[in-house]
Amino acid sequence: MMKKWIVLLFLMFFSVQLHAAIEIYQFEKAEHEQLYKQMIDELRCLVCQNQNLSASNAGLARDLRQQTYEMVTSGQSHQQIVDYMTQRYGDFVLYRPPVKSSTALLWFGPFILLLIGLTVLIVTLKKRKQLTEESLTDEQHSQMKHLLDDGEK
Amino acid sequence: MKNSLPLILFFLLVILLGVGLTLDPREVPSPYIGKAAPSFNLPKLYASTESISSEDMKGKVWLLNVWASWCRACRAEHQVINRLVKNHQIEIIGLNYKDGSDQAKQWLEELGNPYVSVAVDSDGRTGIDWGVYGVPETFVVDKQGIIRYKNIGPVYQRDIKETILPLIVQLQQEAS
Repeated sequence: MMKKWIVLLFLMFFSVQLHAAIEIYQFEKAEHEQLYKQMIDELRCLVCQNQNLSASNAGLARDLRQQTYEMVTSGQSHQQIVDYMTQRYGDFVLYRPPVKSSTALLWFGPFILLLIGLTVLIVTLKKRKQLTEESLTDEQHSQMKHLLDDGEK
Repeated sequence: MKNSLPLILFFLLVILLGVGLTLDPREVPSPYIGKAAPSFNLPKLYASTESISSEDMKGKVWLLNVWASWCRACRAEHQVINRLVKNHQIEIIGLNYKDGSDQAKQWLEELGNPYVSVAVDSDGRTGIDWGVYGVPETFVVDKQGIIRYKNIGPVYQRDIKETILPLIVQLQQEAS
């Protein structure tokens, strides 16, 4: 019984990896095939926005895969295909947007947040250390002892 | 003061998320606004041996309305387009996107044909050239052939009144 569950669990992990691309394309050159696979992983499907072209089964994704295939096999470079797509759909079509002023927050925002977090952490730790390091003077000690002794009487 | 910091952060987050709610992630801004409309040369729906090209529209303010008979939102939008053409002197080219010509003709017969011409984009290539990703879409092109506005999704009467008509009037006054 347990074994069955383990197998099922195992299979569930696999299903996530399956891609929806169903067309079969023939490539004469290995580098073309590699570029094609790279392109459809990097380009976003505009219809189902959280999927790339390789994972999407939308009509537009199929057309754009076909377009990519034709461009790759006609010998166009990675940059040429990226230019073709961004000319039509903007930077949004790229899963890895270019670094420029309009995308600066997207690229560097997480690091800014990390810096803020680190600063807060360090300041807090320093404050805490100061609190524990502060100790009483001898005079305060005897005063405290006096008070405690008083209370016991 | 010390205790108000979390509250301030909370309200900043509320504002940030609140603004996020008003944005539509499905609206991808077109990189074509302010740029020359991609040219096309496509067969006409009602005269498949003749073709219509974007060159034919030079010197006029015109609209390109992307539609298909399989598109549900287009059906609702079509009445708005019909009314626009009926009430104003506007030339609209219909781009019949990845459709069958029989279905397209039947659809126009049923709902009316507001287009000066219907271009048939059976394989969707022209659609890709224009950056179409969701039908219906509508483009406003000026006299110089520059795309000035793109409406993603169905055009509503409010869009016509508030955005499209004022823009057309303004563009028609510009020199060609």
